[in-house]
Amino acid sequence: MDYDLNREQEMIRDAVRSFAEKKIAPIAPELDENEEFSADLTRQMGEIGLFGMFVSEKYGGQQLDYVSYAIAVEEVARIDGSQAATVAAGNSLGIGPIYYFGSEEQKKKYLPKLCSGQYLWGFGLTEPEAGSDAGGSQTTAVQDGDDWIINGSKIFITNAASDISLGVTVQAKSGTRQNGKPEYTCFLVEHGTKGFTARPMKKKMMWRASNTAELFFDGVRVPKSAILGNQGDGFRQMLQTLDGGRLSIGAMGLGGAQGAYELALKYARSRKQFGQPISKFQAIAFKLADCAMEIECARNLLYKACWLRDKKRAFEKEASMAKLYCSEVMGRVANHAVQIHGGYGLMKEYSVERFYRDQKLLDIGEGTSEIQRIVISRHIGC
Amino acid sequence: MEIVVLLKQVADTEARVAPTADGLGVSTGDAKKIINPYDEFAVEEALRIKQQLGGSVTILSAGDDKAAEAIRTALAMGADKGVLVNDPAVMASDGLGRAKILAAALKTMAFDLVLAGLRAVDDDSHLVGPAVAELLGIPHVGGVLEVTVENGSVFCLRAADSGQARVKAMLPALLSAQKGLNTPRYASMIGIMQAKKKPLQTLSLADIGISPDSVGPNAAKTITKAFMPLPQRAAGRMIEGGTAQEKAANLAKALKNEAKVI
Ligand SMILES: Cc1cc2nc3c(=O)[nH]c(=O)nc-3n(C[C@H](O)[C@H](O)[C@H](O)COP(=O)(O)OP(=O)(O)OC[C@H]3O[C@@H](n4cnc5c(N)ncnc54)[C@H](O)[C@@H]3O)c2cc1C
Ligand SMILES: Cc1cc2nc3c(=O)[nH]c(=O)nc-3n(C[C@H](O)[C@H](O)[C@H](O)COP(=O)(O)OP(=O)(O)OC[C@H]3O[C@@H](n4cnc5c(N)ncnc54)[C@H](O)[C@@H]3O)c2cc1C
Repeated sequence: MDYDLNREQEMIRDAVRSFAEKKIAPIAPELDENEEFSADLTRQMGEIGLFGMFVSEKYGGQQLDYVSYAIAVEEVARIDGSQAATVAAGNSLGIGPIYYFGSEEQKKKYLPKLCSGQYLWGFGLTEPEAGSDAGGSQTTAVQDGDDWIINGSKIFITNAASDISLGVTVQAKSGTRQNGKPEYTCFLVEHGTKGFTARPMKKKMMWRASNTAELFFDGVRVPKSAILGNQGDGFRQMLQTLDGGRLSIGAMGLGGAQGAYELALKYARSRKQFGQPISKFQAIAFKLADCAMEIECARNLLYKACWLRDKKRAFEKEASMAKLYCSEVMGRVANHAVQIHGGYGLMKEYSVERFYRDQKLLDIGEGTSEIQRIVISRHIGC
Repeated sequence: MEIVVLLKQVADTEARVAPTADGLGVSTGDAKKIINPYDEFAVEEALRIKQQLGGSVTILSAGDDKAAEAIRTALAMGADKGVLVNDPAVMASDGLGRAKILAAALKTMAFDLVLAGLRAVDDDSHLVGPAVAELLGIPHVGGVLEVTVENGSVFCLRAADSGQARVKAMLPALLSAQKGLNTPRYASMIGIMQAKKKPLQTLSLADIGISPDSVGPNAAKTITKAFMPLPQRAAGRMIEGGTAQEKAANLAKALKNEAKVI
């Protein structure tokens, strides 16, 4: 057994923490308030290496392990959920599929741009009629000579309609398998392709500084070379992408919980009522003790899932558990944090309300909490 | 250009410090250790000069095992190699002792320019930079705000008593960095991974030809009698009064009669 992080992992935590505190913290409330995505901040995050974290140096990546990746996302989320969303989705959903399933040509074409943080890429799976049931995709791709024609729409796609969005990976039904089930294929579609439009979705409760898009494909013609991997691989690619993505959502839950907890602890030690700091009241102290304990458990579970992945061992069950547990821990911690702040916790001046709002997505995105319980129960043989 | 940066590891500026039980030292608890912020300006400036003129940047630190972490961080920012003088006598030396050690180490190295921080935020003696320059017999420019290297000279803008001064010095020279010189870069992920492979050499006092009794506590020129905690700030006083006018009048009265400042 060895619970120590290595020297590089510690340095990554320090570097990202210091960047997040100095560059993200001062502007996060305003970006949230204005519901504004910042391309400039995204590029700065790119400069310190927050994109392409698990990608080989050959394509401009940082070539880190998954534990390091989780630590980096955790440290961004400790300060702000929206920026963590841009990073987590950028890596796991944007860059991941191209890196793991793309052809050499596709990797060379897109990865250096995406790993620099100068550009973003979306992952279009969810549709208005197909959320948890991703197998119910209605977007279609039909072969026409050497080309494919895509029709349909996608919804809630992160990083897909910003000024620096380069394109999206879109999963479409490309035919029917011999067993009668639909066949899915993923395509890489660049912005500017005729018939493809991306519209930012506004009025979100959470992740307000993260870019979320609605995508429309109206007779979009792409060459065969736009297929990601092989025809018919779409469903498998999607499942594998989500397994990895869960680790990064877990890291967002962990970091968000840590951030809210620190704010609550600091406030509780300085706020005086009845002649003493409220941290001295058992009712408050026990809440904080529970937060500290649950965060510790969440961190151990998440790092273990990442470690399994780094060791190339089966990690799917643990990834699902980590995603679910870290998200729910952040829910409880953010709730306590607002409670400990009393009336001030409800005001925007104190960032805990932002953590409280941002948390809710974690119960829903990349497989809802119910879906995670389905995944886990299947793994344990129910 | 061969540039050497003198770097000290210090406790995080937000660390809670307290005198040790015997009053002769300062405990920082298990506070995080960081690069002295002024030395970070020096590292950044060295990297910028190297970007422009080529050459290499070496980080030199005198400290304990932990100081290697600070050197690694500077390597992750982009410096090329590190040298750590690690000896029990280092931590027990005063500013002058440390300056002797650093100067002796520099004598074993090739350099055109040495950069240091104006002050270390822990001991705050403002002494090491100028003392090293003196021991090496090279020019020292303190508190630099702008640096340009040209044809064997360095042109600096430095903070002066009531204004700023432009100073030219011949290389090799030692400059100490003042806040405002630059904004240090962050170590990038790739920089952190590359730092792992960069050379970090550890030297003992014997390696640099220093006898242990010429530094350390017995050779110290400054003797610390006692460290004391900062005096507690007295609690503030709320001025009573029913209305704003009344409060203002009471405040004016207190300032005049009690504080006797108006
Ligand atoms: C801000 C944001 C960003 C997003 N980013 C992306 C992205 O980048 N790419 C992408 O493809 N998608 C993205 N999504 C979509 C997200 O993955 C879906 O919202 C999520 O999968 C849930 O789908 P749904 O919203 O259609 O809800 P539904 O699937 O309609 O679920 C509604 C409720 O029913 C429950 N439910 C459904 N099926 C079952 C079942 N079998 N058993 C028990 N309960 C069930 C769910 O748990 C949930 O509580 C994003 C969403 C948001 C809000
Ligand atoms: C939208 C809004 C409308 C409001 N409207 C009104 C109004 O019309 N009139 C009015 O007078 N006020 C109003 N309030 C104020 C509200 O009643 C207070 O916010 C509430 O009483 C809590 O006080 P506080 O915010 O100062 O929190 P604090 O008293 O500082 O409490 C902070 C935390 O410490 C806990 N705590 C405090 N003391 C103890 C203890 N002894 N033991 C254990 N835990 C303790 C609290 O439960 C809380 O979790 C309003 C507040 C809001 C947000």
